[in-house]
Amino acid sequence: MKIIVTTKQVPDTHNIVGDAMRPDGTVNRSALPTIFNPEDLNALEEALKLKEKIPSAHITAITMGPPKAMDVLRDSLYRGADDVILLSDGRFAGADTLATSYALKCAVQKLGAFDLIFCGRQAIDGDTAQVGPQLAEKLGINQITNVCEVVAIDEGHHTITVKRSTEYGEEIVKSNFPVLITITSSANDPRPASAKRMMIYKNIGKKSDAASYTDSAELTWTRDLPAPYINYIKEWNLESVGADPELCGLNGSPTKVKKIQNVVLVAGEAKMVASDEAGISSLVKELVSEHILAG
Amino acid sequence: MENNKSVMVFIEYTGESIAEVSLELICKGKELADKLRVPLEAVAVGFGKSLRSELIRLGQYGCKNVYFTEDERLKNFSSVPYAKAVVETLKRVKPQIVLFGATTTGRDLAPRVASTLKCGLTADCTDLQLGEHQIKGQTFSNTLLQIRPAFGGNIVATIVSPEHSPSMATVREGVMGINPPSGKEEHQATIIEEKISFDASCDFPSEIIEIIKSERSVDLKKAKIIVAAGMGAASAETMVLVKELARVIGAEVAVSRPVVDAGILGHDHQVGQTGTTVRPTLYIACGISGQIQHRAGMAESKRIIAINRDPQAPIFSIAHYGIVGDVKDVIPKMIKAYKNK
Repeated sequence: MKIIVTTKQVPDTHNIVGDAMRPDGTVNRSALPTIFNPEDLNALEEALKLKEKIPSAHITAITMGPPKAMDVLRDSLYRGADDVILLSDGRFAGADTLATSYALKCAVQKLGAFDLIFCGRQAIDGDTAQVGPQLAEKLGINQITNVCEVVAIDEGHHTITVKRSTEYGEEIVKSNFPVLITITSSANDPRPASAKRMMIYKNIGKKSDAASYTDSAELTWTRDLPAPYINYIKEWNLESVGADPELCGLNGSPTKVKKIQNVVLVAGEAKMVASDEAGISSLVKELVSEHILAG
Repeated sequence: MENNKSVMVFIEYTGESIAEVSLELICKGKELADKLRVPLEAVAVGFGKSLRSELIRLGQYGCKNVYFTEDERLKNFSSVPYAKAVVETLKRVKPQIVLFGATTTGRDLAPRVASTLKCGLTADCTDLQLGEHQIKGQTFSNTLLQIRPAFGGNIVATIVSPEHSPSMATVREGVMGINPPSGKEEHQATIIEEKISFDASCDFPSEIIEIIKSERSVDLKKAKIIVAAGMGAASAETMVLVKELARVIGAEVAVSRPVVDAGILGHDHQVGQTGTTVRPTLYIACGISGQIQHRAGMAESKRIIAINRDPQAPIFSIAHYGIVGDVKDVIPKMIKAYKNK
């Protein structure tokens, strides 16, 4: 069973400190630590749980990003992924979800046949939850979103049954392979990296698809590891996945950012109320007289 | 796909009524349509007489036509056939703007539709306006300005997608207001039956095995007063005080996300970017630090009281009244003051 997990390296937007936000509203990304997008970790964990049930399953983690995004691929290897792909090209930069899902589609097609794609529901920088469904549409496969549990898997019959949460409760949904599933943070608690795998993979580098790369970027790789370990992270660019440059990056993005504004904290205008009985009592009386609290 | 036609809203049906967010978008859609001087229309997928009569009632909100794909197999939402039906309607009718509720259905359906149409889609908009945008010397007037928080809520971005039609956006429930319906029976939307031919062998790849409905234990959006607890008020004994205060003043209890994550109360009590957006008359924030993700869900409350031991807590910057103190100490005083008012 072949499982593909899409992963993303994101700035840690839930812990914005210091000079990450410039006064003009732009983001100083270099001031922000990067992390493995949390729900992508949940997606990888769900794949690893399936692999525990079905040891012959093969998990490939793929990320579209600059070379630094290799961090999440190494992390994926530490946690148990079998193979990882770095999809990297300057021409992918500035992509919105449509252009991103297009590039990912090209890479997935290069990977060949697959049974399942697990995606995190959404990334904490864009917060759109769009790439998963758009990737599914481009691949012409089924999608099930907002999944909080994998209920059953039947490798023989090529079906998966999942639980998805909705505003009204939950649904149990079954689908044939291939299907793309987006996974939420409530699905699991991601396992930590394995110390053994960290030792094996901590210096693993990338190697580009020689046929497509013309520049002499440094090719570094680990020592000669026996199967099932991999020796290098495969790096694919626009040509190696057969992508059309017009459909990638800024060119391929129908949405454009017109303006960005920093969310500015308005300087404290709170009327400070003493925490003693007198202060609180007069606050309550004021709210009652204004009919904010029922009298 | 070039066009310059209607503003269209995807109508979501709960099984009993049209989803609140769809009505909110119909009202916002009407406002946009009036400014653009085009009709307001709707697209719906589902099955049943009661849905049909609700769709006709959309006329009371100013909706002209509803393009309705009806099929018994579509009674419950499923990604592939719903996307197919909506795409076929959009390709034929060519609206210039399409709005979806940012519900679990909307966030599943809208991106798939946008991918097929290769058009722009902006998720979780907090505002929609019309304006001008220039790209490479070309000016687009009256294009949809899609305003939304990003980067964990730390920035507000204005997104446009004027070069590809339609401009699509999803909007969360409670963000746009609802205007009351006209109340006039004769204001009826025209149902236009969409005849989509589905291929049973490939258009229904998902099988819904079971639907487990859970009653919402609280509807925070309707609450006029909310007492909210953050991690600073989440201990068992403090929660007792929080609930008691709520009971005494007739409020609903809400919590911030970390409190939900800690399993203290369920997600339908959560206020914030990934929870519910509320606009009560009074919001009492107890032991809530005021992270942006939480503020996004309550900043428009008419009055905000913040109680926190930390005078530097960001919540004080948006509160109308601030009390620096221990929640365990302040709440009993509030209860007493209210009973003695």
